[in-house]
Amino acid sequence: MTDFKLDGAPKIVEPTVYELSSPGRIGVDFPEPDVPRTKLPDAMLRKELPLPELSEVDVVRHFVKLSTFNYSVDSGFYPLGSCTMKYNPKINEDTARLPGFANLHPMQPIETTQGALVLMFQLQEWLKEISGFDAITLQPAAGAHGEFVGVLMMRAYHRDRNDMKRMKMLIPDSAHGTNPATSAMSGLKVVQIPSDERGNVDLDALRAEADDTLVGMMLTNPNTLGLFDENVEEICQIVHDAGGLMYGDGANMNAMLGITKMADLGFDVMHYNLHKTFSTPHGGGGPGSGPVCVTAELADFLPAPIVDVVEEEAEGLPPLFGLVDPPKTIGRVKAFHGHFGMFVRAFTYIAMHGPDGLRDVSEYAVLNANYILARLRDTYHVPYDRICMHEFVAEGRWKDAPDIHALDIAKRLMDYGFHPPTNYFPLIVHEALMIEPTETENKVTLDTFIDAMLKIAEEAHATPDLLHEAPHNTPFGRLDEVKAAKDLVLCCWLPENYGEQ
Amino acid sequence: MTYIPHSPKERDEMLATIGVEKLKDLFHAIPAAHRYPDLDLPPALTEMEAAAELNEIAQANESAAELVSFLGAGVYNHYIPAAINHILLRGEFYTAYTPYQPEISQGTLQAIFEYQSMMANLTGMDVANASHYDGSTAVAEAVNMAIAQFRGKRKRIVMSAGVHPQYRATTNTYTQFADLDIVGTEAGSLSTPDALAELIDENTALVVVQYPDFFGRVFDYTKLGEAAHKAGALFCIVANPTALGMLKTPGEMDADMVVGEGQPLGIAMSYGGPYLGFFTTRQKYVRKMAGRLVGESVDSRGQRAFVLTLTPREQHIKRERATSNICSNQGLLALAAGVYMSLLGQTGMRHVAELCYHKAHYAAEQIANLPGFELCHDEPFFHEFVVCCKEPVAEINAHLLEHGIIGGYDLGQDYPDMQNHLLIAVTEKNSKEEIDALVSVLAEVNHD
Repeated sequence: MTDFKLDGAPKIVEPTVYELSSPGRIGVDFPEPDVPRTKLPDAMLRKELPLPELSEVDVVRHFVKLSTFNYSVDSGFYPLGSCTMKYNPKINEDTARLPGFANLHPMQPIETTQGALVLMFQLQEWLKEISGFDAITLQPAAGAHGEFVGVLMMRAYHRDRNDMKRMKMLIPDSAHGTNPATSAMSGLKVVQIPSDERGNVDLDALRAEADDTLVGMMLTNPNTLGLFDENVEEICQIVHDAGGLMYGDGANMNAMLGITKMADLGFDVMHYNLHKTFSTPHGGGGPGSGPVCVTAELADFLPAPIVDVVEEEAEGLPPLFGLVDPPKTIGRVKAFHGHFGMFVRAFTYIAMHGPDGLRDVSEYAVLNANYILARLRDTYHVPYDRICMHEFVAEGRWKDAPDIHALDIAKRLMDYGFHPPTNYFPLIVHEALMIEPTETENKVTLDTFIDAMLKIAEEAHATPDLLHEAPHNTPFGRLDEVKAAKDLVLCCWLPENYGEQ
Repeated sequence: MTYIPHSPKERDEMLATIGVEKLKDLFHAIPAAHRYPDLDLPPALTEMEAAAELNEIAQANESAAELVSFLGAGVYNHYIPAAINHILLRGEFYTAYTPYQPEISQGTLQAIFEYQSMMANLTGMDVANASHYDGSTAVAEAVNMAIAQFRGKRKRIVMSAGVHPQYRATTNTYTQFADLDIVGTEAGSLSTPDALAELIDENTALVVVQYPDFFGRVFDYTKLGEAAHKAGALFCIVANPTALGMLKTPGEMDADMVVGEGQPLGIAMSYGGPYLGFFTTRQKYVRKMAGRLVGESVDSRGQRAFVLTLTPREQHIKRERATSNICSNQGLLALAAGVYMSLLGQTGMRHVAELCYHKAHYAAEQIANLPGFELCHDEPFFHEFVVCCKEPVAEINAHLLEHGIIGGYDLGQDYPDMQNHLLIAVTEKNSKEEIDALVSVLAEVNHD
């Protein structure tokens, strides 16, 4: 265990904006009013506003300094499984910031926002084409939000048929935590379905639960082991035969572009993660964007609004695009029309790739993952070892190195200049290391990473403390997470004597 | 254009290492009948072509960059200091993911900790989380939190008609299978806190009001909060962060949660998103709050450092026992808001709030002097107000647009009893000249 014993106060590497504050400083000024002043409502004024005070240069240096403590895709290889940390093209940042997009108010008259609406309509069409579905909403703000929207639509579908006994959602044991959380949040009972020895859904266990209380099943495919479920069509059939609907978690769509269409396999609903598959940046944890596609059967339940043609093309005038509420809509799932800034980025990305480029994305993402797998499988045990899709899961443990955990390997990788793989998940693999290289990494990068992984495996046996104490070469060491949860310091303040400084 | 760097030689070497001949050989697990479908998409563009095409699409819009705008209704056209964008464009911030590995994510972690602190201080509360998707989902999550607080035994939510209509709609969507009794519109569209207090009963889990309300009105909700607490219910205020630059804090009104839309804090309007849902609460409810939280700690080298904390509340640990499924949030927008508040500081935040207040009151006074227009309410307001018109708002707005002005929000869209009611927003960006232009074009409307 890491020793967190402190001698005296902790060393401050970079002060907070509160500690940098000095009375009277300002980072941006505003003009005096050009209209007559109106009397302020005295009884309703706040007594103090304890925010920090800094100059612009203080602010810029502070945040630039903080940025240097971050590892990012722009800094290096980031094989964080299930997150698709591919390169984020710079042009996307420029197009999303074009003044005609950035300064557009969401409730302007549609006659003034035809550019934005055309872009959204086109993106809807493209995302439908890539997945094979009939209808789509761009509104959900993230993958988990898209899941919630999808599950609400599944429930609304059954409700519309007066089939109210359906309260059960089937979820494989390999699923990401958002799937069971989403189902529970929607008031459903979650039943876990085990995986078989090839990493597929256990069909017998599935059949045993497929009855008339089924809302449906949430399946990630390729699944979180990075494996394409070999029985996917049969799974969809079993669920459909029981009157249930198939939800496809599109977290792993980076392996499927132009390779197969999820609707063709039998799925009824699927969400995309634009921030994974279509390279909209992850932003240090968001914003994401989670459009949801459905079959024609579910189209009427889509959230309001969607973009559609409201006046057909006529007499040389182009069609007028507008916002439309589907007839049996589940309602609005957020204010306005979704993360438009992310739509511009994804649109730019798809337009630049075209159909062949998108297929290349998936082929090379899968090539890169299989290449790492091929070179690591003799050293790291891979419990479900077959051709993987865009990622795979290895075990970070050895019988002859009993004290080494996946976490130690992850931390040691930082010393070699890499972001670690995902290492708590999926739960069905002990000491999981989930590695997703993406298509944007070249062979030299992959080889350097593989060499580091092989070296770490040697170190795990020869010098295990090197791993236990890692990372060594990063600006910060391991964190005392127990202290954070016990003390719960979630906020800082200006010092009490601040005004007297 | 793709961003795939492999040379054909490298690709072939890799295939050989894997032990397959062609890329297609990697996809045998996919049912043959559905493998390699046609994709009917336009052919690829180069970067230069894409830049031109996107530029053309953007120019098909008429935005607040060219037009004068008095449209608010939850999204406000504020000045965004230049430094914000430069910091957001640091690749170290925008191309990182959730700071699960604190040793190499202290930039994001400390920035969120500072954002949490500034948000708590601005609202007068104890703690803020790392963000929700937007104001609407923050309200829906507040409702979920209140329902969970009473373990589902209290079913009534009192939500004022003065809460943004789209936030109320989102809450209805979120809770449609939860069998809740959401009331509030009974008290009238332009209801007062007293009328709302009448709806609180012992089955009430939460009372939600907006501050300033959707119509711009400013109420002291202290007594309403007392009424909520007397009934054992929680009290949530949906606040506009710009207004909090000058107005009494929701914390002073004893709110249990203060949530809202952070877009006014240096975030582009961007046709509706991405924005920033903020969520603050009392220390005693921190474990009930959804979303990520950053806490202070130390590292193994004795350095102060920050880390995601109370993660067992979250979906990746708690799975089906979690009360929220939120995972990705609005990290980069929380950074923008943090930089905005750092740049403006206490002086700038107060200054912007007062500018909005003075300009809105000037506009309201001028418009109220016009024949055929009057203010629909006499309560204090902040930077938005409702004008009762003689003509349909759509016609007035169409006329304004002909003069290069985006008019206000047509309240009749959401409130059937508020036909011909125009909601006008004024920010620090609207000059006296622009306001005078608005007034003179409105004057023409009634002459027509």
